Amino acid sequence: MILLDFEKPIEELLEQLEKAQATHEKGKVDMTDTMEQLQGKIDQTRKNLYKNLTGWQKVQVSRHPDRPYTLDYIKGMTTNFIELHGDRNMGDDKAIVGGFASIDNQPVMILGHQKGRNTKERQYRNFGMANPEGYRKALRFMKLAEKFNRPVITLIDTPGASPGLEAEERGQGEAIAKNLMEMAVLKVPIICVVIGEGASGGALGIGVGDKIAMLENSWYSVISPENCSTILWHSWEFKEKAAEALKLTGNDMLKNGLIDKIIKEPLGGAHSDREAMFKTVKSELKRTLKELKELSTEELINQRIEKFSNMGVVQED
Amino acid sequence: MSWFKRVKDGILTKTQDKKSTPDGLWVKCPECQTPHASKDFAMEMWVCKDCGNHTRIGSDEYFEIFFDNGKFQELDANITSGDPLKFVDKKDYPTRIEAAQKKTQLKDAVRTGVGKVNGLKMVISCMDFSFIGGSMGSVVGEKIGRAIDAARKQKIPLMIISKSGGARMMEAAFSLMQMAKTSAKLALLNQDGIPFISYLTDPTTGGVTASFAMLGDFNIAEPNALIGFAGPRIVKETIGKDLPTGFQRSEFLQEHGFVDFIVERKNAKDQIHTVLSLICDKKPRVKAETAKSS
Repeated sequence: MILLDFEKPIEELLEQLEKAQATHEKGKVDMTDTMEQLQGKIDQTRKNLYKNLTGWQKVQVSRHPDRPYTLDYIKGMTTNFIELHGDRNMGDDKAIVGGFASIDNQPVMILGHQKGRNTKERQYRNFGMANPEGYRKALRFMKLAEKFNRPVITLIDTPGASPGLEAEERGQGEAIAKNLMEMAVLKVPIICVVIGEGASGGALGIGVGDKIAMLENSWYSVISPENCSTILWHSWEFKEKAAEALKLTGNDMLKNGLIDKIIKEPLGGAHSDREAMFKTVKSELKRTLKELKELSTEELINQRIEKFSNMGVVQED
Repeated sequence: MSWFKRVKDGILTKTQDKKSTPDGLWVKCPECQTPHASKDFAMEMWVCKDCGNHTRIGSDEYFEIFFDNGKFQELDANITSGDPLKFVDKKDYPTRIEAAQKKTQLKDAVRTGVGKVNGLKMVISCMDFSFIGGSMGSVVGEKIGRAIDAARKQKIPLMIISKSGGARMMEAAFSLMQMAKTSAKLALLNQDGIPFISYLTDPTTGGVTASFAMLGDFNIAEPNALIGFAGPRIVKETIGKDLPTGFQRSEFLQEHGFVDFIVERKNAKDQIHTVLSLICDKKPRVKAETAKSS
């Protein structure tokens, strides 16, 4: 298991536990009691650590190398997933995946950003940073869902839209803008869940929906803490400070009325118990789908636009 | 013996009668460094006669250029920023806002006016780059949103003049959501069949590009304006190579299909009026023609 820097207090306990296990397995000494004690200690320490994670620590958890990604969720929550490809125009962006699938017999369109797990995969997925054709691919899928009257589920997990030369040539700004406009008036329910990183327009490009949820240890903001630190403090060193200032955690976002729900993660983060995580997200999706089914298309769109129109804090004389 | 003889002693010109050269009488073109007399430069709509550079100007100047006789009614003039996140970096956010207001005499980075453009009534929102880099926070989002509402209510065309560095970081996610808010409202304007012109000026980047600036029925740009999503410095860092000349400039965007046409500032008003007269229904078109012939 890969431990994050703030999880150091657990490291020593884990080592002790391993030793105890080894001794126990040799069969000379019965270590059951010690092992139980150690496990209890580990759980307690982890609980304490995860009780009050700072903004920056949540950013770290959201980027944990073992954290489940979109395809893991699709596999863990749905059946009959048929992956579709391409924007019918330029190509198939590997940083966005999606297709029709069933969630307990309810057919849905499910799509999201996809990151890679090792160096080769990361490159293949462009680190989860979509190009314009990725956003257009997502829009094509959503339009298909609209045509066949199926709800849309989007899973957000990106360090930002691709900032490359070709992305600019092919109109990154236009692609994202178009999605924002089209998603606002899509005739079927849209549920968005930030499962990891929610950075900037790259996240929002598939993030306009009727219900927006964030996993407990995910983050969502206009910029990553590192880039914010570089711009405002002219150095990467202030990323912790930037993470606090940006108020990017689920709690802050919920308090500010910018999301609707926080989905609890298993102790130690989504990667500690994937199956439990998939189960929780799935039941949350099912509950929300049922809720949104009650609304007429008109109500759905009106409420969606109203919700985003109300975001912002201004003073008026 | 001297050649000339002084008839009167001392300098007799009174101070107020002196033909002095006050500050700001001359302006240097930031591109080619040619000096221009301020008055002439204003007559040229702040475009350099020598190199054609369209210098950056603000809402005051654009309203003067577009609205007939510079006359318009300002909408939502008294909306100012809150500090929802209590954001502090090197300064706290309210201090920054106050400093910017003092420096620019503006309330925030966008102003909206309703007036006539060659006799055709329309709503124009114009961004001010001088106010914290024309960044979009809640105020910009709200004012753009209300400008769209006004155009829908009065059934008149909307033009947004973009000039922005992108999102206002001090409003973090609030700033991000303004992209969704303005785009959602534009979807409604679109459904109503009301024309929306996005007038792109130097520079238009980030969250503004990735929302309303790229959603025009007509995306019209001034020459050589920087228009893009990621800033050129970031793109350069990403690819680790120098950027090709003209990258992310208006001409580049037209070449790649994201700008309908490029217009020189001095022709912008007439061109935009012509476009609108070709697509708007009878009523405004007749009005425009009578206004022109009178």
